[in-house]
Amino acid sequence: MTVSASGLPPFQRFLDAERDVVWRFLVSAVGGAEAEDCFQETFIAALRAYPRLRPGSNVRAWVLTIAHRKALDAHRARARRALPVADATIADRGGSSPSAQDEALANDAPLWQAVVQLPARQRSAVVLRYVADLPHRDIAAAIGCSEQAARRSLHEGLTKLRKVVEV
Amino acid sequence: MSRRTTSKQHQLELALRRGRPCTRGEDLDDAHTPPAAKHGRTGGRAPAGDRPAGDAAAAAARRLTGRIAAEGLADVSYAPVDSPFGTLLLAATKRGLVRVAFPEESVDATLQRLAARVSPRIVEASGPLDAARRELDEYFDGRRRRFDLPLDWTLVGPFGRRVLGVTSEIPYGGVLSYSEVAAEAGSPRGSRAAGNALGSNPIPIVVPCHRVLRSGGALGGYGGGLDRKRFLLELEGAL
Repeated sequence: MTVSASGLPPFQRFLDAERDVVWRFLVSAVGGAEAEDCFQETFIAALRAYPRLRPGSNVRAWVLTIAHRKALDAHRARARRALPVADATIADRGGSSPSAQDEALANDAPLWQAVVQLPARQRSAVVLRYVADLPHRDIAAAIGCSEQAARRSLHEGLTKLRKVVEV
Repeated sequence: MSRRTTSKQHQLELALRRGRPCTRGEDLDDAHTPPAAKHGRTGGRAPAGDRPAGDAAAAAARRLTGRIAAEGLADVSYAPVDSPFGTLLLAATKRGLVRVAFPEESVDATLQRLAARVSPRIVEASGPLDAARRELDEYFDGRRRRFDLPLDWTLVGPFGRRVLGVTSEIPYGGVLSYSEVAAEAGSPRGSRAAGNALGSNPIPIVVPCHRVLRSGGALGGYGGGLDRKRFLLELEGAL
């Protein structure tokens, strides 16, 4: 979705069009427990800035830029609490009994723990590419770097993750 | 690149595309669905954009718009409202009711016009329209003879504002002619212009442009169709 010269679409239409991709990005970047707060903060920040968007803007890359920053904030807050990521994942599940959902989580858990431990730019590049399905140009716009740097971050991130999958 | 490496790369990409399993979002809204059914992962890959992620995102978006409305962060809220005419679209700003759209009017076109003329900060939220919905229900039930709703005239020009201001003063059960409305609005020879202003009334029913008729008593025109004009005048006992 790009902004046409005839004006911005109503915010609700923008939210309808972008909510799924932002949700998937945030669940993968920060986990289900923190995705809700990040989602709300992302779209409230977007709502405040929305009328200043220029015609021709790539709104998906724009809102994912905001989501990327909110995800970084969440990671920093988690680091300040000094809560190991593995513990946070277990805390997410609370005391519920094991289920198929937990099993799916367990199967992919090592991979997603590795994703969370990637440096911020590599993590966002990987998640934006595969979970949000963004082209390299939009990944670069969302994380605020050149397209070449985005490709490099993606490659470096994948190289590290491949080692996890190969174990 | 060896065949083995390519396969590992593919396996990794598939796992990443599945996305991270969500442990909370879905649970907030449909706690009774078995997790396996929600994720659909028992049969293998659940593609990005699958229904569970969409449901969780839709639920999160509804909580978001509720919060935006409750905290007054939107400039315009809108909601569909049932009526004897079908589903009306109501829209309000912080100043008051700004738009009542009939069922045939395109929702997208109505919202796009509000975005251009009022503000693009528009969300769907029923809370800010609760009073308007209640008063319209009472009116259509015959239990309300005047609306006590604040109005926002942003969509109306200065002449239209005068014409619709005069129209707002016509009591329930009463009627005026186009030329009488034009004269009271300060343009004695402007009955045609007054008719145009009434025809583009953005807040019909609540601003009772249906109470303006031709001088001889013929119905004249109505933006929502003459059947509806007749319905409203009969409801009010004016016909």
